[in-house]
Amino acid sequence: MSINLNDLLRKYKSHPYEDHEILAPHTGVVKFKVEEGQAVKGPSGQWLHRPGTLLYILEREKNPKRITSRFDGIVTDLRVDLDGKFVEAGQPLMLIRHRLNKQEITNRILKEVLHIFPAPERARYFFTPEISAKFEKGKTKSLSVKTGDEIVIMSLMKRDTTLNYEGPSGVLYEVYFKNGDILEQGAPLFGVCLPERLPFVEKVIQRIKTEWDD
Amino acid sequence: MEQKSILDSGKYLVTLQDRVSYLADIKGGFEWGNLKELFERVQELRTNLFEYSERELLQQIYSLEGRIEFAERQVAKRLRPIEIVNIVRSVQRFTLLDILENCYDSFTELGGDGEFNIDPAVIAARATITRRVKNRLYYHQVMVIGHEKGMGEEFRNGGCAKPWGNEKALRYMKVAETEGIPIHFYIFTPGAYPIEDYPGAAQQIARNLFEMAKLRVPMISFISEGGSGGAEAIGLADMRLMASRGYYSVISPEGAAAIEGRIKEGGKVPRKLVEHCAEQLKMTAKDNLELGTIDRIVEEPPLGAKRSDFKFFKRLRYEMVRATDEVVLKTKSFRAFRAYALRRQSQDKEKVFNDEFDIHIKWTLSESEKDRLLEIRSKKYRAMGKGFKVLKRPFSKRLTRFWESTRHKYYDIRYGLLRKQSKNLQKILEEVSSEGSVIFKTVTESMRAAYDFVFPAPQKPAQTSQQDPLRRSIFMQDWEQYISPLANEDRTVTCPNAEKYGCKDLWVPDLYGEYSGVCPTCGHHFPLEYQWYLENLFDKGSVREFNTQIVSDNPLGFKGFDEKLKKAIERTRRGSAIITFDAEVLGIKLVVAMLYSDFRSGTVGSAEGEKFIRACDRARTTRRPFLAYIHTTGGIRIHEGTLGVIQMPRCTLAVREYIDSGGLYIVVYDNNSYAGPVASFLGCSPYQVGIRSSRIGFAGPRVIRETTGTDVPPDYHKARNALKRGHIQGIWDRREFRKNLFEALMTMGGPNLYYK
Repeated sequence: MSINLNDLLRKYKSHPYEDHEILAPHTGVVKFKVEEGQAVKGPSGQWLHRPGTLLYILEREKNPKRITSRFDGIVTDLRVDLDGKFVEAGQPLMLIRHRLNKQEITNRILKEVLHIFPAPERARYFFTPEISAKFEKGKTKSLSVKTGDEIVIMSLMKRDTTLNYEGPSGVLYEVYFKNGDILEQGAPLFGVCLPERLPFVEKVIQRIKTEWDD
Repeated sequence: MEQKSILDSGKYLVTLQDRVSYLADIKGGFEWGNLKELFERVQELRTNLFEYSERELLQQIYSLEGRIEFAERQVAKRLRPIEIVNIVRSVQRFTLLDILENCYDSFTELGGDGEFNIDPAVIAARATITRRVKNRLYYHQVMVIGHEKGMGEEFRNGGCAKPWGNEKALRYMKVAETEGIPIHFYIFTPGAYPIEDYPGAAQQIARNLFEMAKLRVPMISFISEGGSGGAEAIGLADMRLMASRGYYSVISPEGAAAIEGRIKEGGKVPRKLVEHCAEQLKMTAKDNLELGTIDRIVEEPPLGAKRSDFKFFKRLRYEMVRATDEVVLKTKSFRAFRAYALRRQSQDKEKVFNDEFDIHIKWTLSESEKDRLLEIRSKKYRAMGKGFKVLKRPFSKRLTRFWESTRHKYYDIRYGLLRKQSKNLQKILEEVSSEGSVIFKTVTESMRAAYDFVFPAPQKPAQTSQQDPLRRSIFMQDWEQYISPLANEDRTVTCPNAEKYGCKDLWVPDLYGEYSGVCPTCGHHFPLEYQWYLENLFDKGSVREFNTQIVSDNPLGFKGFDEKLKKAIERTRRGSAIITFDAEVLGIKLVVAMLYSDFRSGTVGSAEGEKFIRACDRARTTRRPFLAYIHTTGGIRIHEGTLGVIQMPRCTLAVREYIDSGGLYIVVYDNNSYAGPVASFLGCSPYQVGIRSSRIGFAGPRVIRETTGTDVPPDYHKARNALKRGHIQGIWDRREFRKNLFEALMTMGGPNLYYK
């Protein structure tokens, strides 16, 4: 697997956005409730129970349906010409352009360049005592792992299982949980960086941190 | 004015400052009169205490005291209800711990100590209270249970009992019952803490009421701050006393104002509206005495008792002992004793008041006296809260009365007299037969033949209709005859779960016709009108309504409510939010009470309570199962004030008597069921079921957010969560309601279906 970090960085530099195309879910008459360039919000609240900004109303068979935004961003490419007209299902209506912040770009780049080790089951996770001790001493950046190493303990119903690392040897670069967290199945536990890639990765992250405007 | 020395002046100035602050508390700020100036003057004196000569200082203090006294008299002259509410909420008002310290000789707190407590808002204590008779002291053991507001102690939650706090109260009530000692309840709560965590606010209050209905010890309650459901959790007592400057209300004036003024969440409620609501709710002691929701007022000083009003505590101790005496004496048959109960010292003659009693009365009761205690309690609550209207029916009235009494006698003979004999005889026969004696077999067989001839086995309706009722389709032609008027629209609607489950838009005539208002993809239940259930749940033509003559009224004369009531009556063509009727489900006769949404959101007032009790009694007389189908209930009707609140203990008592006599009581919740009714006569049922997509709880999300300051998940009140928390026992699909109800009647009722 060869990844050109410069290309990756250039890609985000040239287009630091995530575009969400808003398509009509079904046929109906559309009435826009936003304007070009307007900032919209996605769902909010602890349980994302407060709907986002109202984008448009799609009416079919006397059933006006309120379509709200599912993302934070700015409205672009709004098809004003379709306002008050009948549209087909799948018709693009607007674009919601979400500007990625430092953290989001860093996470995306890391997910692409690191080898991610996922949680095999929904359980409580701990690092093994040896790894924890190294963490306490602040030796995380030089922590090398290889296939077969005991790294994480999965605790489920008072049954502890030690998980052996499987994957390319490298440095434990990013940890996505705190000792004792309950994680869902498939959630990332940690990411391992290949030793040869390490200097580049660090450089890129550093550049994002210093150069990027939030 | 007593002579003061310079040494006391600092301390005395603090007292004066407290008195001014207290007046400001009552008036809602320093803007009234010259309170601000008085306060600043006291402050100034306190700061420059040593700048004055002794004589000057004392003169200043005397003059200030005179002015404060004048201000106090002015405030006391005309106390408005909102000012009484402010008195109750003042940090200087007495609390339960003050009562325990000053009215009782010794006490041991149970189940907690200060902050180390399952719920510090509720205090339970084993205490002794003394009575002086001719200079001799007698000690009584009592259980004291009440709310502690803990002025300034955050962990007390201002006296808002959490569900487990009310559970603690119930636990110690049972301890008192085991030990046979009276219980003194002290109510100091603005309301229960509205959370659904197990056992759930509503469930626990309902359980408390259910137990208290038949608790076999004398119970006295004293109300200082009686906030609706929270107060009722420890309020169902044999004698209810109230502090003269206390309040007892269905809702806080701010809550009522937010509802009346339709104020949006987070919006400011106008002060004028709050004051108006406080007046309309009739929450003061005097109002409550007139309404009959309390028995007696315990007089306080004109501006309310504070933490150091020892005279008041002396009076309160006397009143509590006296009230317990009276409850105990009423269970005795000695007339002389009862006459003594009437000779209570007048409260007005404060000067001649002494706390000496003429005689010593023991507070232990015999079993027969306990039975009488329960009988009196039942009668007492049944006579309360009758703020409804009875429509006159001159021609049929006599006929109805005659019919009712004949009906009563018939059922008494059928299930009372004859059934008792038949049961006894049957028991003897079974015992003899079980010996398996060949010798007796011939004798018993002939006896059984004779018995069967005299008491022929009644044909059980369940058996007669059991010609495979379950195999018979419930979607028969009679289902198709009633079509919801909601179906008469040519349009589509979107299921609220469309995003989650990808439900397709539904054409309204299909949805409310063929699909019975249920989304075919995810099973979401769209609300349907109550008539749909009347037509589809019960056997055709079996619904026979009764007690239609009892209609809702405006007993408090709440301004603007008459018009609202008139509109509701015109729109629904019914007189109350409850329909009570006899009906049949696949041949099983039952009595049904149905609260429905169209009439004032299914809120419960006096008429609804009375009709519910009568339906309960009818089910008891006729020995039929009793179904409470809750189409929607928004709680207790605030416009009826405490007359509405009192329906909680009243109806729970009726339910308890019905269940104790062997009845089967099933509650089915649909759409939205909240507050008072769920926390009493509905929540106390052993069999509660929710229809899918229904919401059940104590307080709605807005009230929870405003009271506790924390948000709740959007599905917090959903039936599924109520099931998880153990509030309900099952969730039924609307389309299978009839079948499930029949099965429930057969399995849960079993042989006890008609009579134990």
